[in-house]
Amino acid sequence: MANKEIDIIYGGRVAADVEARAEDAGLWLSAGGLERASGWTLKPEGFCKGELCVPIPPGRAAELIVNESYNLAALAAMLGQPVIHDREHGVWCFGEAADARARTLRSLIAPDFTLPDLRGRMHSLGEQRGKKVLLVSWASW
Amino acid sequence: MDLPVWQALYQELKPRGFVPIAVAFDSAGARAAAQWIRAANPAYPCLIDRRHLVAELYDMVNVPTAVWIDEQGRIVRPGEPAGVCDAFRRMNREALTMPPDVAAELMAHRNAYLDAIRDWVANGAASRYALSADQATRRMSTPDDAQARAAANFALGEYFHERGHPRCARRYFDEAVRLRPESWNFRRQAWALEDPSKAAGPEFWSAVDELGPRSYYPPLQDI
Repeated sequence: MANKEIDIIYGGRVAADVEARAEDAGLWLSAGGLERASGWTLKPEGFCKGELCVPIPPGRAAELIVNESYNLAALAAMLGQPVIHDREHGVWCFGEAADARARTLRSLIAPDFTLPDLRGRMHSLGEQRGKKVLLVSWASW
Repeated sequence: MDLPVWQALYQELKPRGFVPIAVAFDSAGARAAAQWIRAANPAYPCLIDRRHLVAELYDMVNVPTAVWIDEQGRIVRPGEPAGVCDAFRRMNREALTMPPDVAAELMAHRNAYLDAIRDWVANGAASRYALSADQATRRMSTPDDAQARAAANFALGEYFHERGHPRCARRYFDEAVRLRPESWNFRRQAWALEDPSKAAGPEFWSAVDELGPRSYYPPLQDI
């Protein structure tokens, strides 16, 4: 089924204007769509994002690539990411893999983030390098 | 709200290279958090985290949760309740007041936590409260597959809530809570989006009571 109305939530961001085709458990995108939605690109060494490259396991290429279309759902499953598909609304949500989160935390290197203050000014944890930081959560509720 | 406490601590310890970063887990964004931030007028970064990103990155399930991060950007104490304890469960829920013994216990607990931070700021890695890499790794909470799936359900709930589909949002929030019942962030945020008074209302207290002897805030270790 061709469908321009698919929304893809990836890395907490909703990908806009990405043409995608949902087919059973697959979500197929063009190379450009794949990169815009998820940041992954296909290179000779496999699927790459930033400095990370993941080779395609032997015998798995057909699930992932057909005629220059790329199956983001299969790629996410290969990476251990949770995938939730709301069929009624045509929304796909890709979470972060538990293993990746756990590996990062066990390295004890504090994961960086960038968030706005009340005035909309962005702040990163990394800007505070050289200081002792108390990172503390709260909520209005 | 603890924002004024962190402001006082910042003023005291800033000359020694200490800074708090407060992160508001509020899907409603500045609309929900602004009045508290304005009242505290913090000089330290007070950030708004609509997607609960920091909760996911640091595997936090409640507020206030704090992580100590040293000058090299390394975690020296993983997430733990930031000077709060379960004594609050004995407060007067109708009048929203603290009996004197409860207030004293909460205050003693908070002061011990603030003193531990002072000790760390003064002594760095030599502080008895700064954990070794081994201790910190052992104490670190990390998500499993179901918990990672819970976070994705929560994200989908927020997506639907933002687009005006509260019933659909509720379905995914419920699934997030089912997969990670220990996340008070998921539960209370979902309640607050339905009705801001609900997150600390009868539903909240009934869920706290259901814990029975289990803790709402795990006791601080070694503080």
